[in-house]
Amino acid sequence: MALDLPLIWGFILAVGVFMYVLLDGFDLGIGMLTFVARSDEERNMMTATIEPVWDGNETWLIIGGGGLFAAFPTAYAIIMPAFYLPVLIMLAALIFRGVAFEFRHKAVRPTTQKFWNGAFFGGSAIAALSQGVMLGGMIQGINVEGGAFAGGAFDWLTPFSLLVGVSVIIGYLMLGACWLVLKTEGDLFLRARKWARAALAGVAIGFLAVSLATLAIDPSVGERWGFSMTNIDFARLLPLSPAPLAGMFFCAWLWRDLSMPTGQGDAPDWRPYLLAVGVFLSGYIGLGFSLYPYIVPFEFTIWEAAARDNSLAFMLVGAGIMLPIILLYTAYVYSLFWGKVKPGDGYHA
Amino acid sequence: MEFDALLLSRIQFAFVIAFHIMFPAFTIGLAAFLAVCEGLWLKTGNEVFKRLYLHWVKIFALAFAMGVVSGVVMSYQFGTNWSLFSEITGSVIGPLLGYEVLTAFFLEATFLGVMLFGWNKVGRKLHFVATCAVAVGTTISAFWILSANSWMQTPDGFAIDPETGNFYATDWIKVIFNPSFPTRLVHMLLAAYITTAAVVMAAGAWQVINGRVTTPTRWQMRMAAGTLALLMPIQILAGHESGIVAHEYQPAKIAAAEGWCESAPVQGTMLLAWPADNECGHAGITIPGTSPYLFANAPKGEDLKGLDAFAPEDTPPLWLVFYSFRIMVAAGLVMLGIGVWGCFLWWRGGLDKKGLFHWLAVPSGALGFVAVITGWIVAEVGRQPYTVYGALRTVDSVSPVSTAQVATSLLVFMVTYAIIFTAGTVYMARIATRGFDDDPMGKPTRERRAPGSPLGAVDDPAETGEDIVAAD
Ligand code: HDD
Ligand code: HEM
Ligand code: HEM
Repeated sequence: MALDLPLIWGFILAVGVFMYVLLDGFDLGIGMLTFVARSDEERNMMTATIEPVWDGNETWLIIGGGGLFAAFPTAYAIIMPAFYLPVLIMLAALIFRGVAFEFRHKAVRPTTQKFWNGAFFGGSAIAALSQGVMLGGMIQGINVEGGAFAGGAFDWLTPFSLLVGVSVIIGYLMLGACWLVLKTEGDLFLRARKWARAALAGVAIGFLAVSLATLAIDPSVGERWGFSMTNIDFARLLPLSPAPLAGMFFCAWLWRDLSMPTGQGDAPDWRPYLLAVGVFLSGYIGLGFSLYPYIVPFEFTIWEAAARDNSLAFMLVGAGIMLPIILLYTAYVYSLFWGKVKPGDGYHA
Repeated sequence: MEFDALLLSRIQFAFVIAFHIMFPAFTIGLAAFLAVCEGLWLKTGNEVFKRLYLHWVKIFALAFAMGVVSGVVMSYQFGTNWSLFSEITGSVIGPLLGYEVLTAFFLEATFLGVMLFGWNKVGRKLHFVATCAVAVGTTISAFWILSANSWMQTPDGFAIDPETGNFYATDWIKVIFNPSFPTRLVHMLLAAYITTAAVVMAAGAWQVINGRVTTPTRWQMRMAAGTLALLMPIQILAGHESGIVAHEYQPAKIAAAEGWCESAPVQGTMLLAWPADNECGHAGITIPGTSPYLFANAPKGEDLKGLDAFAPEDTPPLWLVFYSFRIMVAAGLVMLGIGVWGCFLWWRGGLDKKGLFHWLAVPSGALGFVAVITGWIVAEVGRQPYTVYGALRTVDSVSPVSTAQVATSLLVFMVTYAIIFTAGTVYMARIATRGFDDDPMGKPTRERRAPGSPLGAVDDPAETGEDIVAAD
């Protein structure tokens, strides 16, 4: 039996993008949260929870871009020009926040310190927004003619894509706050729980709004879920319903964990982050139901956009060997830096 | 010349890659230098090497961050600006970049965290392993990206799908180890070590000029002088070998680099020439009759092709290639001189006494970067008008995006890079020139603060009492 290589690569890429969201999501979330830090010391505590790992986290974004190029060149060649400006904005934002990790500590004058703190916060927020806007743009579809992007420079900019963008910001805030719950103690820890709760409420609303808007924006998505203008096809909806139901379940559990008075009950500090991941995962799987098997939504399926089989097979050998190794040493490095961050922990030079 | 999306995309690509390559060139070399220092410390127990490590790792962290953020830009550029190129060559080049991510980027990015923040968390041996992982990662990264680039220069092991016009691989070994890859890899890795050595030498020389000579200063200058004197001659041979390969596969590039206007059985070497509107001319200084020695294995009895042998639409921009080539070689020769002179001073015991040498070594710290960028201009502009030599033209590679969009992105990159380049250079130079703040006799006056320790955070210029605030 021949392997369905495009399908396998579609899956690997989907996992890669999810890893990115899960890992760089909390980085960007904490980047945004530094805005409400009360002191330099607190800001340094927050960044100390991500400094050793942010670079590895961002590498999953390169799997996203590089993997799309390698496995689905046709999709890459359509999606990138279609999102020319948001990609540019995201890259510029990531440049600023990436160097700010180092530069914040090197600046001597208060004004330059302020500048790099601002770059760190602003870069994180704008990167998150542009990622969400691109996701929204993908869901709403890309104008393709003759196998190439044929739309305008601002096609991606709609109320819908902005709604998705804001939802992604809130989602990353939730991941970031939950990461702080895991990594900090004392006053910062208590406030992180509050932030996480607020963000969770926002995520629930955002989820609902985006889901409804998605059904409205593209009838074909609605049909997949069994919704049409006039009635609901339960035979279709029921098999798909575990995803949204799981999402609600994780939201409820997370809310309970975050509201429990500290020191009572059994809500270990690592659980909120894991539950937040669960919330994201249910949304992500739901999104998969809506879009599968398209990689350029409603224009190109994964099979139509895939690279040659011999390329996919060649890469699968490498991915099969390397991905487990990467996951192993990533886990090892995370375990090295496990535990609560102490004041003054952190910067190296 | 019209400023359309194509030309702007070319300018943008040249700008962002030239910016990016400065950091890999420096970090590949610096990672190797750090691994050597830490290894020597573990082996000999000599504290000097530990101090060198703790000093240069701070600069490494800054350079690496700039390398990473500008590298992420590169992996999206192919799609945003060269989407046709991406679609047509994706099945061949894509996997090479995919392997780079899988085998190199994760390795360096993950262990960077241990290298920078793990000093107090892991044992010495394990920390050394992390440093080595980063150094090896940067080298593997160079392997794959240079393989991809060399394939674009001398494509091999591929065929064209008659239906779609897309390329696909027929032989992966031939794709990866294409004809110009071995020489290019050697030339680029040596370039990285040389670039770093020149910077390390410049920083040491500056400390000597300012009377801040300490034991690590001495050692860093010795190591740099030795590296330059040893590697530069090898680099000349490697560059020569690159020229021979290029002459075999891309004769138009060499005709432009050498300034050969007419085909002839024997060609000379032009030392200098005066520009004449991109027209080949002869005004200049030429050493006649050098080609039988430089290109000894060119087929006998055949003319060496000059630019007149190619249709005008198949030749690269002449003067850019011609001058870039000369600047690269000249920079290399100066760095060779610095290395040899430095070794001579070391032998005579004058390396840490302020002199003309130090005043020359400081500006020469930039020459590695100059040579790397001009070298890439020779290679890349010399490949024009093709993106994949002989197979895909640059005009057929560009994305269907508007001129206004590309103009916007070019502007954004210029402003962004100008800001982070200025800040990054100031911060790195501040650390590099500050040197090792202990007394000139080489004895530490106070406990050095290890990275990752609580006090590490305050080990900053502000606290050394120097007046650097004005430089901010
Ligand atoms: C000779 C070596 C070399 C060359 C020609 C290039 N790079 Fe590079 N790149 C590196 C050597 C390198 C490196 C040494 O691995 C870097 C530099 C500093 C660093 O952080 O890693 C890096 C970083 C880097 C990163 C970030 C990796 C990370 O997160 O660790 C990306 C995505 C790229 N590069 C992509 C590219 C692309 C698409 C290039 C070509 C167009 C390119 N690089 C040219
Ligand atoms: C890192 C060092 C590199 C430098 C300094 C460099 C420099 C340049 C320059 C100056 C150009 C513009 C040429 C022109 O348009 O006249 C160019 C174009 C290009 N290069 Fe490179 N390059 C480097 C590496 C690479 C690598 C590793 C790749 C691919 C894997 C690559 C792919 C391209 C492509 C696709 C173009 C655009 C099309 C073109 O204008 O030819 N380059 N590069
Ligand atoms: C001094 C004697 C040197 C000679 C004869 C020489 C020769 C060459 C030639 C012929 C090329 C073009 C190769 C091609 O397009 O296929 C090249 C490219 C290049 N050179 Fe040099 N070079 C010299 C010194 C240096 C030095 C000192 C550096 C840097 C420190 C350097 C860095 C580069 C780089 C980065 C490239 C582009 C990558 C490549 O194509 O290999 N070169 N060199």
